[in-house]
Amino acid sequence: MSAPAHITASASWRSDFPALHQEVQGRPLVYLDSAASAQQPASVIDAIARYEREDHANVHRGVHTLSHRATEAYEGSRDRIRDFINARSRSEVVLTSGTTESINLVAQSFCRPRLQAGDKIVITHLEHHANIVPWQMVCEQTGAELVVAPINDRGEVELEQMLELIDDRTFLIAVAHVSNALGTVCPISRIVEHARARGIPVLVDGAQGVPHLEVDVQALGCDFYAFSGHKMFGPTGTGVLWGREELLDAMPPWQGGGDMILEVSFDKTIYNELPYKFEAGTPNIAGVVGLGAAIDYLQAIGMQNIADYEHDLHTYMVSELKKVDGIRLFGEARDQASVQSFLLADIHSHDLGTILDHQGVAIRTGHHCAMPVMQRFGISGTARASLAFYNNRDDVDRLTAALGKASEIFA
Amino acid sequence: MSESQTDMQDLYRELILDHSRNPRHFGRLSDATHTADGINPLCGDKLKLYLRVDDRGRIESSSFEGSGCAISVASASLMTDTVTGLGIDQAESYFEEVTQRLTSDRIEVSSDSSFDKLQALDGVRAYPARVKCATLAWHALHSALENETTPATTE
Repeated sequence: MSAPAHITASASWRSDFPALHQEVQGRPLVYLDSAASAQQPASVIDAIARYEREDHANVHRGVHTLSHRATEAYEGSRDRIRDFINARSRSEVVLTSGTTESINLVAQSFCRPRLQAGDKIVITHLEHHANIVPWQMVCEQTGAELVVAPINDRGEVELEQMLELIDDRTFLIAVAHVSNALGTVCPISRIVEHARARGIPVLVDGAQGVPHLEVDVQALGCDFYAFSGHKMFGPTGTGVLWGREELLDAMPPWQGGGDMILEVSFDKTIYNELPYKFEAGTPNIAGVVGLGAAIDYLQAIGMQNIADYEHDLHTYMVSELKKVDGIRLFGEARDQASVQSFLLADIHSHDLGTILDHQGVAIRTGHHCAMPVMQRFGISGTARASLAFYNNRDDVDRLTAALGKASEIFA
Repeated sequence: MSESQTDMQDLYRELILDHSRNPRHFGRLSDATHTADGINPLCGDKLKLYLRVDDRGRIESSSFEGSGCAISVASASLMTDTVTGLGIDQAESYFEEVTQRLTSDRIEVSSDSSFDKLQALDGVRAYPARVKCATLAWHALHSALENETTPATTE
């Protein structure tokens, strides 16, 4: 009997990622930290190297051939991103350094000039610090109030309670697509439906959404969607803010400098059109070229195939983890993607992380930049295994075997 | 026994595991003369250190509370065990010696016999990501003795 098609496929996907084929601490590496930063396929690494060797120049500036090629490559990636998230127009795709910058841009350019004292920004208890602190800062600047919707013991947003918190003083709702600490997939369409009926814009932190789910910003119906290149098998220092054109159009620039202007004199500066108005200075051109290659790679596999494969693997991981003596799972949402937080007996997560690393198994430990989630569960941190489509059942078996060793050491 | 397990046991030595499971001097000291908070921003671990120093500059008693990994709890336990009864100057020189020992490349066998137990922390040196766990309590000691008001960090 031949192996099921998805298992064969996964083996070939895995072979595309050079970093996965090495030994760590004398054992083949098991990389279960893709939610922190995903590995890059050879096609991404090669695209960056080729750009640097052959096309490197500044964009939008030169009349010479290399500058033209660099601009084509950079803007070609923007077109791929538009297609990947099904944005209506390339003007809606603002290139940033990552999700964090994208969210700060909305906080400072969309919210700050309009927010009045007493207005509210509604977030949830499961947000990453990048979807908490920028709102706290703009609330402090304007006298607005940050309102936090609760989560339940499974790590799901309490939707009814969240909707009750939304009132006529709510200026914006900001919510994660997928929780980085718990893996919870948030009910974006229910939230958006409620918000749109009241004319309240919704920002989705999609950092953990795009690597695992098919994202169609028009179908989601949100107003802003922020994500990072390095969580989706591209390079660090790249990211995207997608926003509705009419909203982006009405927003002032976020940073001043070159490339974001049409004309500058000491009396007056005329800003460039979208999306360049928000892209001051020379961007991370090589990184954006790599991000475009990552999208090509993902689209060749198909995001639905990825989601299906990861769902099977996550189910397997949860069932295997539950067999480990003394395990406690955090995040058991009915709709969960690719991430599993856990603790073993009373072993601190950092001790677990060190012991697992010693057996070649890379996981994330600590608070995962989501301290309020940890406070909600009354713990200081968790161990977190996060999956990508290049992982397989052997990786999960190595994880559980390594946990067995940790139990022995701390017996 | 596999090689990797042997190495692990160099980090998690019996004395370390013992002090992490049964930390000495754990709890609050009501009549403390010096206190300090220690925060490891990497992991969010926190500890609070209490010292009672008498008029002759001797650390009469010490204690700590908080939560952390096995390495940080064991280190705090060993630290309070060691400095209780010492003069401030001597405690400060222990701080210097321990932090230097854990962050330098060469291990020297200490001639000071009261240092014996602290050598249990030497296994940490092979784990750069964990050195801060071991030095946190010592930084808190230093900051308590200096009477600094901002929390000590390992950064």
